[in-house]
Amino acid sequence: MKARVHVMLKDGVLDPQGAAVKHALGALGFDGVEGVRQGKVIELDLADGTTEAQVGEMCEKLLANTVIESYRIEMP
Amino acid sequence: MKAAVIQFPGSNCDRDMAVALRQAGADVDVIWHKDDALPGDVDLVAIPGGFSFGDYLRCGAIAANSPICRAIVAHAERGGYVLGVCNGFQVLTETGLLPGALLRNAGLKFVCKTVPLRVETTQSAFTDTYVQGDILSVPVAHHDGNYFADDATLARLQDTGRIAFSYAEHLNGSRNDIAGILSANGRVLGMMPHPERAVDEAHGSTDGQRLFAGLVGQLATA
Repeated sequence: MKARVHVMLKDGVLDPQGAAVKHALGALGFDGVEGVRQGKVIELDLADGTTEAQVGEMCEKLLANTVIESYRIEMP
Repeated sequence: MKAAVIQFPGSNCDRDMAVALRQAGADVDVIWHKDDALPGDVDLVAIPGGFSFGDYLRCGAIAANSPICRAIVAHAERGGYVLGVCNGFQVLTETGLLPGALLRNAGLKFVCKTVPLRVETTQSAFTDTYVQGDILSVPVAHHDGNYFADDATLARLQDTGRIAFSYAEHLNGSRNDIAGILSANGRVLGMMPHPERAVDEAHGSTDGQRLFAGLVGQLATA
């Protein structure tokens, strides 16, 4: 069983990497990119029966730093 | 005064930290991250700079969950002293011993230079040998030193005198140019600049010396 965790900087936390990507897209001639936020995706291979609550605990304890990041869990 | 310098895979300022503490008169043990206990009579734990665990996931995140960090948190909760420099500061925010987090530098570049550092408070064992407003000359070397905390946390740090050092120039995007902060009891200091790299004439500055000398002096008499 696979789970996918999306970790993003929270709104209100400046994302200098996203800002640099936005700038580079503009330099390539892509107009109309009004914002870029860069995050990460973590794929977990889990034993059957692992619950979303357990994955949530993994996020809280390690995968995300909730001071600056939010997370979203995708499970089948 | 007895100090423990923690070594993670990827630490690279551990030896400098030990040298600076010994020069100030401390008795120093170097402790490996897989140990789950500190020497019983340790007064100060120093978490050095470097790239613990290759900065994987987030800077300091893996180190903060290593066995020795549980002992460090317990030491701090008992009122013990902890100094985290650079990656050590990142580890301290990841453990929750200090509030906020360190983001990628606003300019996206690794910053490696000597910077002017303002002493914001002398009300701690780390800073009481300085004069408030003193401008020190101390090196920084980091990619993720952009201090972030929400407005409420920043106001709390400011109002309770917990900002230890700030950059006297805009360096990396840190909110309020914060370079180092203290815990509520003043016994845990995290800072991005490297005082252990400013303790010898050959370093070009000895402004970091007083931090170690003051700390060792205070803890020796405590």
